[in-house]
Amino acid sequence: MASKVIHAYYNDDDVLMHAVKKVKTAKHHIEEVYCPFPVHGLDKAMGLAPTRIAITSFMYGCLGLTVAIVMMNYIMIEDWPQDIGGKPSFSYIENMPAFVPIMFELTVFFAAHLMVITFYLRSKLWPFKKAENPDVRTTDDHFVMEIEIHDNEKELKDLLLDTGAVEINVSEKNLH
Amino acid sequence: MYTISNRLKIGAIVLMVVGALAMAYGFVTMPSTVEEAKEMVAAHGDGHGGSHGAEATHADEGHGVAAESHGEVHDSSHDEHLLQQLRNKPWAALYVAAFFFMMISLGVLAFYAIQRAAQAGWSPLLFRVMEGITAYLVPGGIIVFVILVLSVMHMNHLFVWMDADVVAHDHLLQGKSGYLNPVFFLIRAAIFLGGWILYREYSRKLSLKQDEADDNSNFKLNFRISAAFLVFYLVSESIMSWDWLMSVEPHWFSTLFGWYTFAGMIVSGVTVIAMVTIYLKSKGHLPDVNDSHIHDLAKFMFGFSIFWTYLWFSQFMLIWYSNIPEEVTYFVARIEDYKLPFFGMVAMNFVFPFLILMNSDFKRVNWFVIMAGIIILVGHYIDIFNMIMPSTVGDQWYIGTTEIGAIMFFAGFFIFWVFRALSTVPLQPKRNPFIEESKHFHY
Repeated sequence: MASKVIHAYYNDDDVLMHAVKKVKTAKHHIEEVYCPFPVHGLDKAMGLAPTRIAITSFMYGCLGLTVAIVMMNYIMIEDWPQDIGGKPSFSYIENMPAFVPIMFELTVFFAAHLMVITFYLRSKLWPFKKAENPDVRTTDDHFVMEIEIHDNEKELKDLLLDTGAVEINVSEKNLH
Repeated sequence: MYTISNRLKIGAIVLMVVGALAMAYGFVTMPSTVEEAKEMVAAHGDGHGGSHGAEATHADEGHGVAAESHGEVHDSSHDEHLLQQLRNKPWAALYVAAFFFMMISLGVLAFYAIQRAAQAGWSPLLFRVMEGITAYLVPGGIIVFVILVLSVMHMNHLFVWMDADVVAHDHLLQGKSGYLNPVFFLIRAAIFLGGWILYREYSRKLSLKQDEADDNSNFKLNFRISAAFLVFYLVSESIMSWDWLMSVEPHWFSTLFGWYTFAGMIVSGVTVIAMVTIYLKSKGHLPDVNDSHIHDLAKFMFGFSIFWTYLWFSQFMLIWYSNIPEEVTYFVARIEDYKLPFFGMVAMNFVFPFLILMNSDFKRVNWFVIMAGIIILVGHYIDIFNMIMPSTVGDQWYIGTTEIGAIMFFAGFFIFWVFRALSTVPLQPKRNPFIEESKHFHY
């Protein structure tokens, strides 16, 4: 579905933050904001739902811990028990302290890597992906706020100019 | 301006009086002869029978050669040993509690110096709270010093290396006597306490002067002395932990003991900052302190709890794995006779804060932070308990009247002194250059 969107350009993150708050109070839906760097508090101002990546991180950590326990149990106890430093490995629990560093490392490894991969997938980022940002200047020194137009172009333009936008463009966009 | 409420003041004094009475009871009922000591152990009955048996075999191992040839001599030396342990009990209870509360204020002092040296923007609103808690370092440190002096004067046998008879028969201790001798020990203690108290008083003075000043010269000077103090603290804290804690077991050593003690110290300190701040906020003070400040303190509680566990485990695992007799005895004694406090402490200091404080939202819920804080403080008391007791009272440990009395006395004294110090000056610094940033601190 093709529809018209309005792109408002800002060149300062403070101005952008105030603009977002003003647009939200005027009850307009902000489709997206493109920034050259993360702006603190922007997600809250835009009314985005809080991230759930911490929950996935916890689950990946638990998975890593389980993998470490099962792996060490198979390698060191079941498959090839050895007598290391007078500690014959016939029981997992008695040798557990030696496995704690591995349990810790794999917990961190799984949590960190899978969380990053989850983040990329959720953000629809993968190699050779075509950039979504409407203007190359959003990777340099400009912020762009994107709002869908529903027969209210004039009203939106006035509002956005009022919030300190340095440039306003209207373009066709293939949404989703 | 905060004024200490009557209820808090009376509560603190009641704690002190009841604690002092309970401690006095412990000292009065201390056995003075071998017969009394044996009677006391027998009176404890079956409950302690098992562990006593374990101790006897443990003693056998230690004096194995002597026991085989001189059975009777060994029996009486064992009884003498038991008497010594029971006579150490009230002293050890007093020492553990005195050290624990001094450790809290020393941990806060280190945290405060880090905030100063880092020129942190979020924390200046909490500086008066931190300064109030470090005020306890003066009386608390002096009390610990007095206990050390009494030990040197042979009022107790907490530090076995202070006994000339023991050293005469112990080749290892003779080798260490250049460092571990009573005079040098007290000189070190005096230098360390003197340095900490000097920094505390001077930094506090500059901090108050900054409020009345026209420029930032006091602030800059405070920044410089705090950085210098941290260097001094790093060295002195480490040596202090060898002297005051590790040397109760003079044959044993651990190279990361100083770090380990520091971790417990700083997590207890940050916890008490959070608890005092939440208390003052609940009374309507510190209006500019917001949830984000509490959130940050709770993050430190969470992080330092994990740091403590990391060091605890690093120390434990290497010694457990290498299993060298001269090292592993430390943990054998603790796991045989102190199973519950030893492993219970790991649950309280690691598992509990890890699970409770992991969620970001929970760190902003004040009563959650208070609950986690109480568990952390009890856990770190037990940590110090586990450092001192096995080497001084052996398997005769018990958390009873004397131990709880000592905790009550020092808790009461700590509360009284800290809140009295808090009530002397306004709770919010006026002219700290970062005060605006701190007011608008937002996570």
